Amino acid sequence: MSASLEKGLNALREQIDAPVASFFTSCVSCGICAEACLFYQETGDPKYTPIHKLEPMRRIWSNEFTLLGRAKSMLGMGRKVTEQDLADWEELVYDSCTMCGRCTLVCPVGNDITMMIRKMREGMSASGNAPEELVAGAKRHWEKGSPMGDLLPALTAHVKNVEKSTGIQVNVDKKGVDYLVILSAQEVAVYNEVIEALARILDKAGVSWTFSSEAFEGTNVGIQIGSKDLAREFVSRTVNAAEKLKVKGVISPECGHAYQALRWEGPNLIGRTYPFEVVHVIELLDRLRADGRLKTKGMDHAKLTFHDPCQINRRGGINHEPRRLLNMVADNFTETEDAGTMNWCCGGGGGVGSNESATELRLQAFQRKKRQFEAVAPEKIVTMCAYCHHILEESLEHYDMDIEVQGLTELMAEYLEDA
Amino acid sequence: MNNPYFDLLMWARGPGFDIALTIMVGGILLRLVEIFVLGRKKDLAAPKGNGVLQGLRTVFTRSVPRKGAMKEAPVTYIAGYLFHIGFFVAFLFLGAHIALIGDLIGIQWPAANKALIEIATAIAVVALIALLWTRFKDPVRRALSTFDDYLVWVLSILPLVTGYAAVNTMFGDSTLMMAIHMLSAEALMIAFPFTKLMHAVTFAVSRYYNGSIQGRKGAES
Ligand code: SF4
Ligand code: SF4
Repeated sequence: MSASLEKGLNALREQIDAPVASFFTSCVSCGICAEACLFYQETGDPKYTPIHKLEPMRRIWSNEFTLLGRAKSMLGMGRKVTEQDLADWEELVYDSCTMCGRCTLVCPVGNDITMMIRKMREGMSASGNAPEELVAGAKRHWEKGSPMGDLLPALTAHVKNVEKSTGIQVNVDKKGVDYLVILSAQEVAVYNEVIEALARILDKAGVSWTFSSEAFEGTNVGIQIGSKDLAREFVSRTVNAAEKLKVKGVISPECGHAYQALRWEGPNLIGRTYPFEVVHVIELLDRLRADGRLKTKGMDHAKLTFHDPCQINRRGGINHEPRRLLNMVADNFTETEDAGTMNWCCGGGGGVGSNESATELRLQAFQRKKRQFEAVAPEKIVTMCAYCHHILEESLEHYDMDIEVQGLTELMAEYLEDA
Repeated sequence: MNNPYFDLLMWARGPGFDIALTIMVGGILLRLVEIFVLGRKKDLAAPKGNGVLQGLRTVFTRSVPRKGAMKEAPVTYIAGYLFHIGFFVAFLFLGAHIALIGDLIGIQWPAANKALIEIATAIAVVALIALLWTRFKDPVRRALSTFDDYLVWVLSILPLVTGYAAVNTMFGDSTLMMAIHMLSAEALMIAFPFTKLMHAVTFAVSRYYNGSIQGRKGAES
């Protein structure tokens, strides 16, 4: 057995806990999870059945963690997991799973399949079977501070521009303010309008905040690739900065897996609770709305719809907040079918969007979303994840659909009461 | 009492049943221990919702399909429900079964009439056939199916068919039929801890975990 296979198998063994054992024990192979998965739905290929994506991990559990399996193994029965198996499963574990969480919500016996995919990726990356794009992204993240390279010069330039155009002072590395604002790499590099939007909203609401020159973006390739060591390092950067600046809270950006990484996995990765609160930016805006500190004027009359980012709604619990905000500023807001908790994924989450080999499949999987958008025929799609934003734009363009995509924070800032 | 099958029936009702029950109960406990000794790490993220409550709630709410899910897999859902309902009505409300359970655990409840039991049995059998059909025909289910799935199917249909035959004195000698019915039920009991039949116990554990993980995040389950 090669060293890398052994490493991978050990990483998988380490991931098998009581929930995993219970899930594998409970599976009745009813196939209902397939119906929830965009990759199976849009291709009709049974290999994309969610539980099947976990077959190597299931086999390890069966061979080594069950009585009957151990007996069989002693008799030389029971199929072992080979190097080839892991190589074959790369496509299933990375290219055809966005960790969207739909399967987890339909499985009749209650299996959290998505959580197991996250675990399975630990074994895949440890055995050297992670997609090369994610590995390269992780390397850039490690060395240059973000998967998109060194973004500090870009951020510094945006800060200057925002100060000039709004007259609002944007703090960098300021101690003792309420919040440390984290962005997603995508926002710093492409959708930087959000910085001005946020500066204006928070200024109006009287919220004090700062950027940190040491940690300003929340992307976490470690989570996508499935390496808890990398993930821990990336989360630590933000935690350290927040502790150094002694902020009360950290604002998680419009980015699905950044929220997942910072809010839910983070404390478990570093092995302790945070001395500060993590709040998603949309959660915060909704709180400000409830407190009367976010006031808007006028209404967007365009027909618009909302795209729920899986990691923020289905797997993050933020469902009603964006809708309350949208209804404040839009009077022609129409939901797509399945909107809310069971919304369909844009197809690019969980690292899928950066895997070259997944592009064709992901665009095919996007057809579900496409049909739902066509049924509503909106002029604008609003979302709260910069990566969904990017994937939506790319996919809409691929299908020659001319619909604008906008981040919710930006939309809210457009209607901010200026008095 | 010179029925040649009488001894077999007596064995099935006596030692046979005791052996099966011991393996089943012991096996289930072992399998549960096997799961729980693995433990799970404490979640250190500040909770947004009540995980314990939602976990408990999900044990029940997951019995109802999510909106729109039914039409995606109608055979699996409908036959799945009908099988479970039919099987449990026949199992729990036949007078002889109630007497047997009463002997074991000391509680009794009213029996259903014969017609109802027979309808329930027929429904369960037809549902099982439909489930087997979709397992053969549907590519997803065919690909997922292993020996375990087919074994469990056979072990589930046998007690239903043999029970019906024994009660209605079909297929020859009723003593033999009753012995076969008991033996088939015992085969099901013995296989229980070592096959997917375990889901009948662990579904509650899995649903609880699912609901508690989602619930802590304030997300639906
Ligand atoms: S839906 Fe659940 S029980 Fe059915 S095959 Fe998928 S994981 Fe197994
Ligand atoms: S998490 Fe989403 S993409 Fe992944 S297997 Fe489940 S349904 Fe499919």
